[in-house]
Amino acid sequence: MNLQKYALMKGNEALAHAAVRCGCDGYFGYPITPQSEVLETLSLLKPWETTGMVVLQGESEVAVVNMLYGGGGTGKRVMTSSSSPGIALMQEGISYMAAAEIPCLIVNVQRGGPGLGTIQPSQGDYRQATVGGGNGDYHILVLAPDSVQEMADFVDLSFQLAFKYRNPVIMLSDGVIGQMMEKVCLPPQKPRRTEEQIWEECSWAVNGHNLSRRKPNILTSLEMDPHVMEDRNIALQQKYERMRQTEQRSESISCEDAEYLFVAFGSVARIAEEAVGKLRQQGIKAGLFRPVTLWPFPEDKLRSYLPRVKKILVCELNSGQMISDVRLAIDCSRPVEHFGRMGGVVPDSGELVDAMLHIIG
Amino acid sequence: MTTQDIIRPENLVATKPRLLNDLTMHYCPGCSHGVVHKLIAEIIDEMGLAEKTIAISPVGCAVFAYRYLDVDWLEAAHGRAPALASAAKRLWPDRLVFTYQGDGDLACIGAGETIHALNRGEKITIIFINNAIYGMTGGQMAPTTLMGMKTSTCPYGRQADLHGYPLNITDLAAQLEGTAFVSRQSVETVGAILKAKKAIRHAFENSMNGIGSNLVEIVSTCSSGWKTSPVQANKWMEENMFKYYHIGDIKDITKEQSTH
Repeated sequence: MNLQKYALMKGNEALAHAAVRCGCDGYFGYPITPQSEVLETLSLLKPWETTGMVVLQGESEVAVVNMLYGGGGTGKRVMTSSSSPGIALMQEGISYMAAAEIPCLIVNVQRGGPGLGTIQPSQGDYRQATVGGGNGDYHILVLAPDSVQEMADFVDLSFQLAFKYRNPVIMLSDGVIGQMMEKVCLPPQKPRRTEEQIWEECSWAVNGHNLSRRKPNILTSLEMDPHVMEDRNIALQQKYERMRQTEQRSESISCEDAEYLFVAFGSVARIAEEAVGKLRQQGIKAGLFRPVTLWPFPEDKLRSYLPRVKKILVCELNSGQMISDVRLAIDCSRPVEHFGRMGGVVPDSGELVDAMLHIIG
Repeated sequence: MTTQDIIRPENLVATKPRLLNDLTMHYCPGCSHGVVHKLIAEIIDEMGLAEKTIAISPVGCAVFAYRYLDVDWLEAAHGRAPALASAAKRLWPDRLVFTYQGDGDLACIGAGETIHALNRGEKITIIFINNAIYGMTGGQMAPTTLMGMKTSTCPYGRQADLHGYPLNITDLAAQLEGTAFVSRQSVETVGAILKAKKAIRHAFENSMNGIGSNLVEIVSTCSSGWKTSPVQANKWMEENMFKYYHIGDIKDITKEQSTH
């Protein structure tokens, strides 16, 4: 193993380093626990002196999400990170960007709620991220990292997807992944795109380029004619359907012969993986299905394991949110139970083993 | 001199700006927006910045500014235009980035974004149309509504104990270290229009030269909201609005520097 390749750092720090290395053009942030290391790390790295990346501390999460609207609307790769209460404040801007089809990356290092809640880890924002937390019919593509490595790797993937579909992407992380230190292999340094590359990739972008030879580019969510507005909505839904068909991602651990399946994402998937090992030692054919995209939910892959699966246990750091998507994905054709801890409490693998043994009966 | 001589192109003294298209504006008769749109179109063209402009429209009557001015536009959420502009300008430093906002958008729901963008010294220009009323939603009280002035949500007139005081946000902006040029103008006479144009051009030049943040308020009328004729609206504005919102340059660091 070439140890030179690896660094030991927090998930939040890895995210910051990856942003610079992936050629991100701008990071806009506002301090909130447990993700403040992202803005702090970027401020120490001073990427404006190396890659030319802009780093700006805004006056609120409301302002920050609108800085993404302004930056993404001009064709630049822009991102922010925050934690649950801050993400709640950003929902207006996220809805506007979904409507105006503006690419950007929003990282939610989730903490317990509702309200000010706690600074400890949680997965209480699953529904907000996957069903849409703002007004209107829209979807955000949601990726759920389960390691410090994925906090780094998903930055470039998120930007690729955001620009491919002209849609905001959310990385739904949590306080465990953001705060824990782990070995990580950072991505190689890529240059930021040149203006020529941006013009080529983003002919829709608002930056004035070549205006005398084209119609003005106007990015708006507003349309007063209800029929035109409906057509725009239909086009958006068709885009979401394309995303649903092509972007489902998941990881399967011991699923091929599994009779009892854990479904878990993010930090809980790590705990469930350990529980699978413990159950296998007892001779129980357990497996773990980890959705990597939470929207679109990887229902096709999950369904492929159904012939052998007898029961499913969905484990989350909430009162039961993803469980609805699991039931829908398999059309309630198997018993689906839930195990969750809330308010910042993280279970150990023994609790998950006990919960699985309980539903096996 | 024959008519043919008079209408020769070289004798043309005024024309519709190239960047203002032929769509019929949705603004009410007597509204100040049309004049300010025309000034901005003229200035962008005169400065040769059409291919370098990122314009940001608000929520309010001017939400559709992007329909009439043929440059690239982002349409912001209510009050958030200065946040969009801050990011756009930092990411494209050689662009002319300006917002166009009304009093409700800029001084009420977007007061935070306005103050902080100006105080960060973002190299942008904010055009602020102040007609002391919410026009598009039908004439409700604005942060700049004058004391005693009647609107649909202060139908007996603005009272301090019920509604608080008018917010003179432009004077406030002049106190911020980040602002370079802060000016208050109007567009009800030819003379006023020429002064307003000079102020907007100076603000745009500062933005392009990377000098501070720039705010130009245009004290405006809303004959529909004020429930009066366009002519009476101008008179009312001169007699009442100008007493509270004084016309003229409030701050200009480029002049202060040159006199020192």
